[in-house]
Amino acid sequence: MPEIQMREALRQAIDEEMARDKTVFIMGEEVGEYNGAYKVTKGLLDKYGPKRVRDTPITELGFTGIGVGAASVGLRPIVEWMTFNFSLLALDQVVNNAAKLRHMSGGQLKVPMVLRGPNGPAEYLSSQHSQAFQSYYAHIPGLKVVAPSTPYDAKGLLKTAIRDDNPVVFLESEMSYGWTGDVPEEEYLIPFGEADVKREGADVTLISYSKPVRMVLAAAGELEKLGVSAEVVDLRSLRPIDESTIYASVRKTNRAVVVEESWPVASVGSHVAWMISRNCFDDLDAPVELVASEDVPMPYNHRLELAVQPTIEKIVDATKRVCYME
Amino acid sequence: MAELVLMTALSPTMEEGTIASWSKKEGDTVSTGDVLCEVETDKATMEYEATQEGTLLKIVVTEGSSARVGDTIAVLGESGESFEELLASAPAAAPPAPEEPSTAETTPAGESAGVPAADGPAGVPAPSSAPAAVPPQVSPTPAASGRIKATPVARKLAAARNVDILLVPGSGPDGRVTKADVENFRGVPTARPVSAGAVAGLPGADERIPVTKIRSVIARRLSESKFSAPHFYLKSSAEVSALVRARSSANRELDSKVSFNAYLMKFAAEALRRHPAVNAGWQETEILQFGSVDIGLAVDVGNGLITPIVRNCANKGVVAIDAELQVLIEKARNNALAPEEYNGATFTISNLGSFGIEEFTAIINPPGSAILAVGKTIATPVVDEDGDIVVANLMKLTLSCDHRVIDGALGARFLRELTQLIEEPARMVL
Repeated sequence: MPEIQMREALRQAIDEEMARDKTVFIMGEEVGEYNGAYKVTKGLLDKYGPKRVRDTPITELGFTGIGVGAASVGLRPIVEWMTFNFSLLALDQVVNNAAKLRHMSGGQLKVPMVLRGPNGPAEYLSSQHSQAFQSYYAHIPGLKVVAPSTPYDAKGLLKTAIRDDNPVVFLESEMSYGWTGDVPEEEYLIPFGEADVKREGADVTLISYSKPVRMVLAAAGELEKLGVSAEVVDLRSLRPIDESTIYASVRKTNRAVVVEESWPVASVGSHVAWMISRNCFDDLDAPVELVASEDVPMPYNHRLELAVQPTIEKIVDATKRVCYME
Repeated sequence: MAELVLMTALSPTMEEGTIASWSKKEGDTVSTGDVLCEVETDKATMEYEATQEGTLLKIVVTEGSSARVGDTIAVLGESGESFEELLASAPAAAPPAPEEPSTAETTPAGESAGVPAADGPAGVPAPSSAPAAVPPQVSPTPAASGRIKATPVARKLAAARNVDILLVPGSGPDGRVTKADVENFRGVPTARPVSAGAVAGLPGADERIPVTKIRSVIARRLSESKFSAPHFYLKSSAEVSALVRARSSANRELDSKVSFNAYLMKFAAEALRRHPAVNAGWQETEILQFGSVDIGLAVDVGNGLITPIVRNCANKGVVAIDAELQVLIEKARNNALAPEEYNGATFTISNLGSFGIEEFTAIINPPGSAILAVGKTIATPVVDEDGDIVVANLMKLTLSCDHRVIDGALGARFLRELTQLIEEPARMVL
């Protein structure tokens, strides 16, 4: 099985779906001539031409709205945001149009589109360009939200997203575009709403999604040295969310730590922690812990920048707390 | 100056009490130790003894009415004194603010709360007769409310295994019972309740109560002491009126009242300083005479007892001793004592006066060689030097001694010294 980078897995998904379905097209800033700000669309302009690979001005509200319109009349646009920090400008189109047209038209319209790009902190980008906005989108009924952590999951989920008849917010991560992983050559799809147990364990369930999954797996390795067998559940899909996998794991381990890189208030992670507290109450041996970003704007100073984000140490400490090891 | 008399916690769980009857009426003179009123608590009807002196100026809470702990129930002062202003500013029977810790759990019984306690002059923080230094314990502490901290899965597992979770020692924060605690629990399953149709009045079934950690330490240490140290006992009575007066007068000038036990510890420390051979321990091949006078006080912690230690009592005043004692007692109740705070008493005091016990004998708490058992102060008719019968306030003292270290005459000299110090506090300066 070839080992490829995350950006290549994403490119393959777009390429395969564009080849499969002529209604699929991609647009965004620098997706064509420049081959993508992060090279996810490399070679696509040459292959499919400027009608299906459209460079746009720096106008997120405008080109996202064009995407909504195109989707509602039968095309399948992929809108690339250079980062989710800029997606705030397009939020009205996403929340009020993409997520609502099916409802407002009584089912006469559908909006099969993908809104994708890097989300969450990278490095040295300070507070305005380091934000993790998953809870903004996971909050909205009418949207689907996915957040893969590996090239394999990214490709399978993106192909599913492109074929879905609803708007799908697809969260990538700048730091993980270069991560590699095994991706089969034959075609596969990963359905939404299915979490993946990335590591089996018996003592505690570590739940995460997107970029932090890799750190959580490393923390699980540290915990192994302490004699703690950690199970790692990668949600992959935030809306819909795979409740049964979460609950089955927590019912086995009786302990849960949720890890994410967004702010902790009203976050996806705090929602997951609530769901566990609500639905696994009789199975819990400790209060559910949440390891998230500290509740502050991202500092520019690199030490502080790293300090406010989840770390292996923070994950290990939270796990020790739920295991009564301190 | 007029003073408010506040409802105090007469039982560890009391939040509110009902005045069953007033023993004094407005205008009566009240002395320290007089029964002011009888209070129905959640547990029993208790006597409320005055720790203040003066004339009962006003009864605020009448018979049959109730008051929350901390509420004003009466006003004491000088006859004819005006008290309306004081009363107007008092915390009288107002609905308690939720953030105010008004429950007994946050207000240790005894004198540390700054309000009168129910116990007599020997007002003590819950002592007990069988002192032993034991580790603070993580254990079934079914709070008086009946609630116990246990994780949901621990409860589910306990139910599935038919284990009474109240019996399972908890290892989590604040004694929270965890799943592992239930899994590791080796106690007996709960007895099945007799069917509802059973005839009333049948004798109850035997119950097997698992030995908690604290219980097993108490059992081991006291057996060792009682079986290896040959105990003998010396008894004496101390006339405490002078001490009560001295304490009462000192308390009026202090920010917070000094407990009776602090005085006992100070007197014992001085007597030990004068008779250092009592402040010693049997070490098989030698007798170790301790350089510091470290006095333990037996404290009841509900499911056992522990003896927090005030170190170097001989060189501390009663205010300092009392301040340390209050902190230690609070920690003891919260199972928060560090080992060095309860291990290694060179002498121990156990005071059951507040339980109405007149006298008792206690088991020596190693490594010390003697323990003082203090009884209730009782007004007793005695014949004075002139042949007249007068009322004396006598407190029985019983000293248990380890004969390997302390002979009868040494113990007697020590106890006489201690009795004299209590009876005539001025002897402290001799």
